[in-house]
Amino acid sequence: MKRAAQSTETPQVGRSVPRLESWLKVTGRAEYVHNLRLPGMLYGKIFRSSVAHGRIKRIDASAAQAVAGVYRVITSKDICEVIPEPYYGPAFHDQPILAIDKVRYVGEPVAVVLAADPHVAEEASHLVAAEYEELPAVYDEVEAMSSKAIVHETLKPAGTFPDLKHFKGRTNTNIALDFHLRRGAAAAAMKRAERVFEHRFRTQQVMHTPLEPLVSVAESTESSLTIHTASQSPSFVRSEVARLLGWPENRVRVRVPFIGGGFGAKLYIKLEALVAVLSLITRRPVKISLSMEEQFFTLTKHASTFRIRSGVAADGRVVARECEVWWNGGAYADIGPRITQKSGFTAPGPYDIEHVAIDSYALYTNLPPAGALRGFGIPQLVWAYESHTDMVARELGIDPVEFRRRNLLRDGRPQATGTVMRDAAIEKVLDRAASLLEWEKPFDRGTGTIRKGRGIAVGFKACVSPTASLAMVAVNADGGCTAYCSTTDMGQGSDTAMAQIAGEVLNMAAESITVVHSDTDVTPYDMATLGSRSLFHMGNAVKLAAEDALKKINQLKSELQLPPDAPIPDIFRKKYGMQAGSVVGAGSYIPSYKSPDANGLTDNATPFWMVGGSGAEVEVDTETGRVRVTRLVNVADVGTPINPRIVETQLSGAAIMQLGFTLLEKMEFDARGQLRNASLAEYKIPGLLDIPESMANEAVVAEQKTGPYGAKGVGETGTFGVSPAIANAVHDAVGVRITSLPLTAESIWEKLK
Amino acid sequence: MRREIHFRLNGEAVSAQVAPHENLVEVLQENFGLYGARESCGQGLCGCCTVLVNGRAVSGCLYLGCLVDGAEILTVENNPEPDAVQQAFVEAGAFQCGFCTPGFVLMTRQLLDEHPDPDDDAIKHYLSGNLCRCAAYPEIIEAVKLAARKRKG
Repeated sequence: MKRAAQSTETPQVGRSVPRLESWLKVTGRAEYVHNLRLPGMLYGKIFRSSVAHGRIKRIDASAAQAVAGVYRVITSKDICEVIPEPYYGPAFHDQPILAIDKVRYVGEPVAVVLAADPHVAEEASHLVAAEYEELPAVYDEVEAMSSKAIVHETLKPAGTFPDLKHFKGRTNTNIALDFHLRRGAAAAAMKRAERVFEHRFRTQQVMHTPLEPLVSVAESTESSLTIHTASQSPSFVRSEVARLLGWPENRVRVRVPFIGGGFGAKLYIKLEALVAVLSLITRRPVKISLSMEEQFFTLTKHASTFRIRSGVAADGRVVARECEVWWNGGAYADIGPRITQKSGFTAPGPYDIEHVAIDSYALYTNLPPAGALRGFGIPQLVWAYESHTDMVARELGIDPVEFRRRNLLRDGRPQATGTVMRDAAIEKVLDRAASLLEWEKPFDRGTGTIRKGRGIAVGFKACVSPTASLAMVAVNADGGCTAYCSTTDMGQGSDTAMAQIAGEVLNMAAESITVVHSDTDVTPYDMATLGSRSLFHMGNAVKLAAEDALKKINQLKSELQLPPDAPIPDIFRKKYGMQAGSVVGAGSYIPSYKSPDANGLTDNATPFWMVGGSGAEVEVDTETGRVRVTRLVNVADVGTPINPRIVETQLSGAAIMQLGFTLLEKMEFDARGQLRNASLAEYKIPGLLDIPESMANEAVVAEQKTGPYGAKGVGETGTFGVSPAIANAVHDAVGVRITSLPLTAESIWEKLK
Repeated sequence: MRREIHFRLNGEAVSAQVAPHENLVEVLQENFGLYGARESCGQGLCGCCTVLVNGRAVSGCLYLGCLVDGAEILTVENNPEPDAVQQAFVEAGAFQCGFCTPGFVLMTRQLLDEHPDPDDDAIKHYLSGNLCRCAAYPEIIEAVKLAARKRKG
């Protein structure tokens, strides 16, 4: 495609540049790992556990091995010969590459069949047989607190996080993190309160369902390893695989092209350690592509239970709040302990409450592992505290929006941790959502069997901290620019945003800039593409790198006695006598942070706050319980948008995804931990017919003063308020309060009877 | 067990050695390096594998490769220059990760061939067999309408 002129005076930031890779995507030519085939490549198909908790007595691979075309069947015994301690994970080193001695959930990888033909590998994988001695299992997160079924005999914290150190070597527990926060004296304040309200909420286990299922390819030599993977965290994959092998990091190369959707499913180690060791064992390239079904057995979103209790004074001010949250982490901790703490400390909601107590627990159970999913635990919390807030307001006879306004956390006031709020437009977001819904105007409540209602909810999130991003920006002799960063573009538009930021600094059209995709041999370290952190962290790093390049260009100009407006190619031509050379700027960004003290308090919990609010209008059919969302408005504080159009689509996409988690999606397990709906035929994600008739998605006028050009992250914000806004609207319509997601027609109809 | 089949692929006469169990997506990927039709759900429910066989959209992940012997096959890669539908998808920003986009593009072409001026309801129903987890649905509806206008010129 034709490219725009490189040099420009047009502002690049604040312009709705179409995604740089647009043409590649609409012509089917974008590069995904999915497309990759290497000479001599073997395909791996995974044989998985059929029991939720059991000791492995025997694995019989003889029938599989006998199938013509099978190269080899691999079990943990083979893995251990290459890696004696093959356990990985970002918080706990608890997850084996293939099950060792025990299986901990139905669907856990037990063996891999390798063959040059994927059909042969798959056929043979059905012939592997395993015998287990079944053990008692635990599935519910609250039961896991005291259950006799223990998922891990000994806890093995990774050592990366100081607040997990006390779990080292602990036995006889399923608790993988207990986070406690105490500010003020909640119990005493509760006693003095005029009214006290307590409710309990639950969210269900759901799955990310990226349409590009997880896929990784590894190729190796004696001393080096290249992993091509659909991963949101290439730098982590490099360091974790290097740690497992005992290799220096520079011998492990991790490449990530475009990703076909991530949403948190493709973080940390998923298939990468497995394909790496398989390639080292076989000395051939190895590819594993999961089926859609297998994705349900890989990573999911935490189911959760939240007990929330509020003490309210006579003037309608919430004076005390107690929050107890149990997170169902499944069989392996993944990043659950971080969710439990880093999102857990926002459990009282965006309200100014003097006395707060939070207890947040990450629990092991015998279900598929849970990790980050678009919101890092926040949607589960907002679901509970915004349903609760509505229930309290209605109980007190105060308008729900007015009740929120009375209690809202405003800039300059301390949040539960004690960190003072800055650049968090909570009130603006609430006001705008209410005005888009025309909250003050009379509302048609429907007639007959179709009743109408409306609801509102607002939530907030602290960006995970501390994390670092590094970037390089090169200006080439022809005046063009290349940006190098390990942020992965999984559809959120990061390539485009980074090009806009670099272009703004260098006065170049974003369309003319090439953004090099993650390749750990080339692109510098980045913590990961997660938690809406990239635009802020990597955006700042790219801005610094571009400014560094610009400074070097200006130095050259003055050294060479060129005028300030000399075109870039002239500088290089004069310096090198021909079109040669380049200038490389480097940028590194790591915001300051202070760890919480023994009471969970800190005055510097996060580099920035995200704020998202939703308003919903619904119709409920009183004969069937069916809910139709007729209008959904999503309002967010994203700072100052770099690319307004992409911001809008991010808000809209996040809200529709959350709509699926609100009305449609639920992983259904039977009494023995077997998932019953692991396919898109039985697990329904939103399609075109499920979207609300009317939608509005807006960013309020705001500025994140520490962000690049006033911007901050947006990927998750649209999810925050959707579920409770709809539940509040359903209650408004028919007086039925649903406290457990999803809001199905059956659950509403049951209560309407 | 492989047998040779002959068909027209994006306007060109081609042949391939196909095993009886291979589906159309595999035939296109392994023999012709065309990755625009891609398997996702594996059950014909998401539309990522959409291919036009004799002008009709099929789920390439369920359609046996050997059945295209003698057929006219069009994939998203068929036209060297992007058409009105692809231009509209770019202008409306009707995708994020892009994995489902080829399927939507092909179905939109078929929709506009049959109904040159569809309303929202017709668009939603016609494209309801294609899923987009990034949920660029409002933008997709906008892109279809924009493409309809572009086609009328």
